[in-house]
Amino acid sequence: MELLRYILRRTFLSAFVLVGVTFLVFVVAQVVPSDPAALYAGPRPTAEQIEKARQELNLDAPLPARFATFAGAMASADFGISYKSRRLIAEDLRAYLPATLELAIFSTGLALLIGIPLGVIAAARQGGWADRFCSFGSIAAVAMPTFFLAMILQLIFAQWLGILPLSGRLSREIAISAPLPMVTGFNLIDALIAGRLNAFGDALTHLILPALTLASYPAGVAMRLTRSAMIEILERRHIVAARALGLSEPRILFGHALPNAMGPALTVIGLSFAYALTGAVLVEIIFAWPGLGRYVSEAILAKDFPVIAAVTMVVTICYVVMNLLIDITQALVDPRVALS
Amino acid sequence: MPLLDIRNLSVSIPTTEGDVHAVRAVSLEIERGEIHGVIGESGCGKTMTGMAALGLAPKGARIVADRFHFDGEDLREHAVRLRGRRIGMIAQDPAAALNPVLSIATQMDDVIRAHRDLPHRARRAEAIDLLASTGLSDPERVLRGYPHQLSGGMQQRVVIAQALATGADFLIADEPTTALDVSVGAQVLALLRKLVTERGLTVLMITHDMDVIAEACDRATVLYAGRSVETGPVDAVLQSPGHPYTRALLAALPDAAPLGARLAAIEGSIPPPRSAIAGCAFATRCPQALHECAVTPPPERSRAVHRWLCHLPEDAA
Repeated sequence: MELLRYILRRTFLSAFVLVGVTFLVFVVAQVVPSDPAALYAGPRPTAEQIEKARQELNLDAPLPARFATFAGAMASADFGISYKSRRLIAEDLRAYLPATLELAIFSTGLALLIGIPLGVIAAARQGGWADRFCSFGSIAAVAMPTFFLAMILQLIFAQWLGILPLSGRLSREIAISAPLPMVTGFNLIDALIAGRLNAFGDALTHLILPALTLASYPAGVAMRLTRSAMIEILERRHIVAARALGLSEPRILFGHALPNAMGPALTVIGLSFAYALTGAVLVEIIFAWPGLGRYVSEAILAKDFPVIAAVTMVVTICYVVMNLLIDITQALVDPRVALS
Repeated sequence: MPLLDIRNLSVSIPTTEGDVHAVRAVSLEIERGEIHGVIGESGCGKTMTGMAALGLAPKGARIVADRFHFDGEDLREHAVRLRGRRIGMIAQDPAAALNPVLSIATQMDDVIRAHRDLPHRARRAEAIDLLASTGLSDPERVLRGYPHQLSGGMQQRVVIAQALATGADFLIADEPTTALDVSVGAQVLALLRKLVTERGLTVLMITHDMDVIAEACDRATVLYAGRSVETGPVDAVLQSPGHPYTRALLAALPDAAPLGARLAAIEGSIPPPRSAIAGCAFATRCPQALHECAVTPPPERSRAVHRWLCHLPEDAA
């Protein structure tokens, strides 16, 4: 009951955030010193062409009316067309967003699965060789620049060992001669829907290197946060009590201490998920991953405002949903969260 | 043969500023089926004695004893194996002893599962039985809840049920009523008494409260500065205390003072835990101290099974 009320309250707050971001995006578009009509009219426009574009874009209408139009369009996922390419933005997003989400979700999962258990083990063996190894590894993982790590991984796994593909989302044979029918845009899911296990395996092997590269930073941070939280929790009286009750060490570590220690790591991993949505430009370029990061950075350089607005809105929604999921997870793990 | 047989136990913890003598010379004989109170002020070594028996002394602590046996097994080697199987612990603050993020059902189930190979349904029935046997009136509802939804008394009953779930026949209760209201504390003591009778348990009751000794214990041992200074049946210790420290403790009880009068206090303070003590540890605070008290260790005096360590002749008591 408390949990349900908590979820409703968080959802309501999230909706509020979305409205706020819509407003901000609109306001920023007004203050940016560039003339959308000039961009829209194409290269070297005449004054009449600009005037025509101005009317077409409805730029002369009063601000509140234009905000209403903008907000209505965003709410109905009608993102308009790109000033630059004149393509429908919604159609571009349908291609780029699933690719980015697939990578971001997969790498976030990897960060969780690598960072948290290693943090638990390091805390349990505090001062031992496993702890030193994990602590050194986490510093390396956090400090290493992504582009460098990406190239090292490519060198080892694609060039020398040849067990993982160098780049791309799918092998050429599959992408060109037998493309997957696009249902969700997530290759892993689409391959399963089509019942093609070899395509699933192919998509998975393409995911591993870019996902590992992206996971390195959050996994390193999550490991350190989990380790320090665990060391503090393991001193608590209820852990001493659990030992005195004869519980096994793995059960104490993962069943009793970890749920108390997971909060900070979950928060950081949620933030890094948001970062992976648009901040992974370098990784996307190195691994030729057709994602949002590249799409939006090109739009920013071209001052292609409708694209920037659309990506901002979509990323905000993903981020808000992710945060909501993390808040709910934390409330499920620790029932006192819902009370505060 | 006593169930718990400790002779001359010392526990010292090395630090950069020298050893801390948490326990200097404690002897304890606890017979099966009794509640044995260990009383003393903070820092007298009562909790550390219990922790050492559970194998939970801090890392690096040096444990030396002439005898440190539980049911014939040496605790220096077997404490970790015996703990949670035959020796259980009831902690001081039940709110801190329960995991805040796990439901009571999970916490009960974990303990039962660690000790017996039962199917899920049987474990649940066992958990309900155990909670009911500690006097919780609606065990099914308690199982569904989390520690923060229970009162202090209910939490302490859950902690006791967990200790019972291990199958332990010897419980070390460290100030089990200190964190509770007086009336709830009395109920918990009555519960422990009942469990001792019904299940043949033995309890080591660590406390700083003479009332707890009087109310719940069969025998008592008085600790001062890491040494056991007096031991015997509760009636004898309370009504004709042999050691001046025990007398001073009893005189300091509020009940002992006439209404409106200042309460008696023991002058001075306990010797610092890093210092060496040549004679009787209480000599500096003792109103009857003789000059050998500070120099030579006191001899044992006794009146039947009631024994204490003091230079003063027995009739001075």
